[in-house]
Amino acid sequence: MSEPMKIRATQQGDAADVRILMLHPMETGQRRDAKGEIVPLHFIQSVMITHNGRTVLDAQWSQAVSRNPFLGLRIKGTKPGDKISVTWVDNKGDKRTDDATVAAS
Amino acid sequence: MSDMRRSFLKLVGSVATLAAAGVAGLLRSAETWADWNKAGFESKVLAEALKNIGAASPAESKDIVITAPDIAENGAVVPVAVTSRIPNTQQISIISEKNPFPLAAVFEIANGGEGYVSTRIKMGQTSDIWAVVKAGGKYFSARKEVKITVGGCG
Repeated sequence: MSEPMKIRATQQGDAADVRILMLHPMETGQRRDAKGEIVPLHFIQSVMITHNGRTVLDAQWSQAVSRNPFLGLRIKGTKPGDKISVTWVDNKGDKRTDDATVAAS
Repeated sequence: MSDMRRSFLKLVGSVATLAAAGVAGLLRSAETWADWNKAGFESKVLAEALKNIGAASPAESKDIVITAPDIAENGAVVPVAVTSRIPNTQQISIISEKNPFPLAAVFEIANGGEGYVSTRIKMGQTSDIWAVVKAGGKYFSARKEVKITVGGCG
């Protein structure tokens, strides 16, 4: 099973600054392992971020996003205590959801 | 004996419930998630990638700011942030022109998401990074060159 994401959401004025760190190998399908064999393509394809249940960002990624992906965004009209939820799905169908609440700055 | 049978039935029941929940989850995601743009992500040259995201000839815009280093030591981790000051920004795409597959990411923005995304991408070699913004149904672009010392696609 995949490792939990690190999500930090901080209220700044009337918006939230959200920083997400996902733990994923993001294999390009071009790298070779120690035995010289190609490591198969394995990467996060979709990421969805919701604010109190409403989608604010829906991302589609290629294998060009770096290993252990970082994603930063800003959401308008948030208040401290609001719920931020992040879900990713990779090309093998693995899926993970983690939540955070917006912290007062 | 009957105890064993009961626990067996319980186990079967919980497995079935889990399976049903899994299927429901998949069905729901198929409805609400944007389709992964296979044609766009499998495009091998810039023009093809632009065409496949619907932005064959985006207009250059000074209201898009790409924040990325001028020189990146490590092509495996190049920080890229895109800020769009264009009103009603709906979508931001990030493209690394000389990568084997140039299109790196497409972000659909809605419900109060600001025209800003920040991430880290891999770059095979020195190249222009393109930011393509969709706003009010039109496409706009900006680009910035990033010099790579060690490529990050291997």
